[in-house]
Amino acid sequence: MSKWDLSKLNEWKAEQFPRGAVIPEAGNSNDYVTGGWRSERPYRDPEVCTQCLICWIVCPDTAVLVEDEKMVGYDWDHCKGCGVCANECPVNPKFGKSAISMVPEGCELKEGE
Amino acid sequence: MPEQTTVASTGNILVAEAMRQANPDVIPAYPITPQTTVVEELAKYVAQGRIHAEYVNVESEHSAMSAAIGASAAGARVATATSSQGLALMWEELHIAAGMRLPIVMFNANRALSAPINIHCDHSDIMGARDTGWIILFAETAQEAYDNTVISFRIAEHPDVLLPVMTTADGFITTHSIDRAEVMDDATVAEFIGDYEPEFALLDEGSPVSHGTFAGLGGPFFEFKRSQRNAIDRSMPVIKQIAAEWSAICGRPFGMTEGWGMEDAEVAIVVIGSTAGNARHVARELREQGVKAGVLKVRCFRPFPAAEIAEALKGVKAVAVLDRSESFGAEGGPLYLETRSALYDLDARPAVVNYIYGLGGSDVTLDLMRRVYGDLSDIAGGGAASSELVYLGAR
Repeated sequence: MSKWDLSKLNEWKAEQFPRGAVIPEAGNSNDYVTGGWRSERPYRDPEVCTQCLICWIVCPDTAVLVEDEKMVGYDWDHCKGCGVCANECPVNPKFGKSAISMVPEGCELKEGE
Repeated sequence: MPEQTTVASTGNILVAEAMRQANPDVIPAYPITPQTTVVEELAKYVAQGRIHAEYVNVESEHSAMSAAIGASAAGARVATATSSQGLALMWEELHIAAGMRLPIVMFNANRALSAPINIHCDHSDIMGARDTGWIILFAETAQEAYDNTVISFRIAEHPDVLLPVMTTADGFITTHSIDRAEVMDDATVAEFIGDYEPEFALLDEGSPVSHGTFAGLGGPFFEFKRSQRNAIDRSMPVIKQIAAEWSAICGRPFGMTEGWGMEDAEVAIVVIGSTAGNARHVARELREQGVKAGVLKVRCFRPFPAAEIAEALKGVKAVAVLDRSESFGAEGGPLYLETRSALYDLDARPAVVNYIYGLGGSDVTLDLMRRVYGDLSDIAGGGAASSELVYLGAR
């Protein structure tokens, strides 16, 4: 959480903002829901997934959720649908395809995701 | 004790000297006539180990100002220099540097803009940057170029200001002519300028910050511009105070404007930069003939010292504003527009006429100054002030 009280942001006067539009603290992007502009979302087939965690490494928004060293899903508030995870997800030879693919936002998803 | 050495040197060498004494951390620079000797000197100082700056050879002025912005956001004291087309190529970055409130100091050797191609003095380049949010200082002499550059760092980094500053001198006329000047000892300049302690430095890993953020539709963009405006308004007393401090150390007068004979002048020329000397020479001649002639030189153009100018011109009968740049399609040159506007609220306004002169280094002779004063005397004597824009000396 931001240490700033932003509840009255719309009433701030010019001199209340940090000089030069600097953001003088780290990590407060977590407070902003940026998933709203997503037009495609990544779909992960858990059967195909080998838990290599390349998606977790490459996600620019740290929107790949990991628990106990396992990819467990996405943070939909912050996944902007860039598709990097799907692009980097390696082909699983057993299935002849990769686990992550991009599907249009709003489409019905299969069970488990 | 401050110790000054008298030197015979050019404006460029003295600007480089002042920048060396300010001890910048980063110098991203690209050469362009007639600024080149500034960055050559600075490169030499770095090579000689006389300053420990990171000297970045960039591939264009666009990159020079981009690197300056990055380095300044990182927390460095940054100095650079440019001229003419180079300044024009920096255009978008100039606004960014000011909007991000980065105290970069840049020297500009005032030069014409193409086309036709021309490498000589006028103020087209710098006047094109007048709305970028930078503080802009003009020098008449090499000495003023040196003094302006020294105080630029203090102004830029002042906590009430935190804006980039352009210190300028007229291309070739001031940048390349050998002039007599006094150079202050290194220790005094270092003590005067002090250390720069950035509040928001990207390299300060203990308190991470983001620079260059977004304030779009519905965001506080408008409020950021208001606070930027407040900052340059606040810079006016700061510049005066810092100039006064430097003046007390070096013993040279230093104001936002400099008047000659303005106490009782009936006719006056308002001018910027090296031409002030020509105007003063002729004003002195005329004084001997009983004409009450004066010269008002503007040393700080941004922020514009409107109140000071109105005060200096209020008793004058006829004023000529000399512009060394065009504002094509406007009622006159930039200095004319602002000076005339500054006089609007006076109860008794002097007649004000505009002359465009010296574009592309075209010669500014004493005869031209005599002609201007002659016109002014006619107006002061009851003649009509022409609203026609005069290209002084053009065929």
